[in-house]
Amino acid sequence: MTELILTAIGAAIVNNVVLSQFLGICPFLGVSKKVDTAAGMGAAVIFVTSLAAFVTGMIYKFILAPADVTYLQTIVFIVVIAALVQFVEMFLKKFMHSLYESLGVYLPLITTNCAVLGVALNSVTYGYGILKTVVYGFSTAFGFFIAIVIMAGLREKIEYNDVPETFKGSAIVLVTAGLMSIAFFGFSGVI
Amino acid sequence: MGAENNGNTGLGQICAERLQNGIIKENPTFILMLGMCPTLAVTTSAMNGVGMGLSTTVVLIMSNLMISLLRKIIPDGVRMPAFIVVVASFVTIIQFLMQGYFDDLYASLGLYIPLIVVNCIILGRAESYASKNPVIPSIFDGVGMGLGFTCGLTLIGIFRELLGAGQIFGAQVLPLADAAAGKAGFTPITIFVLAPGAFFVLSMLVAVMNVLRKRAEAKGKPLAPAQGCLAGDCGSCGNALCSGHLHSSEKKKEE
Repeated sequence: MTELILTAIGAAIVNNVVLSQFLGICPFLGVSKKVDTAAGMGAAVIFVTSLAAFVTGMIYKFILAPADVTYLQTIVFIVVIAALVQFVEMFLKKFMHSLYESLGVYLPLITTNCAVLGVALNSVTYGYGILKTVVYGFSTAFGFFIAIVIMAGLREKIEYNDVPETFKGSAIVLVTAGLMSIAFFGFSGVI
Repeated sequence: MGAENNGNTGLGQICAERLQNGIIKENPTFILMLGMCPTLAVTTSAMNGVGMGLSTTVVLIMSNLMISLLRKIIPDGVRMPAFIVVVASFVTIIQFLMQGYFDDLYASLGLYIPLIVVNCIILGRAESYASKNPVIPSIFDGVGMGLGFTCGLTLIGIFRELLGAGQIFGAQVLPLADAAAGKAGFTPITIFVLAPGAFFVLSMLVAVMNVLRKRAEAKGKPLAPAQGCLAGDCGSCGNALCSGHLHSSEKKKEE
């Protein structure tokens, strides 16, 4: 149990997926203009990453490893993740329409979110079991959620600031990300 | 650009144009601002930049070659999944070759090698060039884009390594200060090889490009627009998977 909690804290805060591993930079910069859209994106990433971590973990354990074809992992994982995102989108559209309305637009963006593939590959590299993989996936995505929501909050404030002409747009966002990254460095002693 | 020119220009000319296009006119790192994940993550040293750049180049050349060969066979509706499988196969091959022959480099690049699969540049080129053009120009397009990416990563790597450790390619260029011996010299700004430094270097780069873009526009020769996530809106990114163009063929049917 303690081990799981430590894994969760480590993945969510100490080794934050965006701010120290640079995975999922794209949506982090692109969908962080407003807090509510950022939260929507974050929620969609949590949902997909946890599900993908579970599915890829199962596939690795029960198909790839017994058949001794673990070298296919990258190919299988990316195809599974792409298919899974499509499937989740269709499922939500049909059965949970209100959830689809709030998350739907973000779902396709997630396929190329390196964080999802990164989680799947990392848990294999670290030799995690299914439960630990899911916890790791969920908390990594939760770290993404924290980072993107904080970033969106900061960007809403930056709107009112006098940013130098040259730094308008993504440059000032990157400076902000750098400062957040320094702040998150403070957590590195936690575990 | 593209297939329509093939009739009246020589093959050699097209190839040279492709190389120049990739390295200078549409440099993926500086002009198009694509593939930011690896750009930020692996450029802690010049050597890592070269390693990542070259492995991406090899994958890009091979996938452009393969996709161009198969461009008439792959049905339009399933082209994105087909491209992903092709790219993922080559990435796996590269991963094993690196593990076998360049173990140190592989250890320092780690997770980012398999993540070449989701690099916008590769699927972007497959979608916008290789799937529409003959084999030889596609190969040269891959070489050009790959070398452009390698140059970008190497330059950023040199910059960060120099500021963060006073070294270039592992060789001490700036003599370090030694307070104990009372020797004056360079004090490494360690933050530049750490995660925050990556964001700062990239933000400076974007700012510099903003200035250059304005100047080029004033001269009446605008640079190619940035395409990646840094263009501001992820949803508008013209690159294949990024913006969910996985669905583009379905949408066309609905219309």
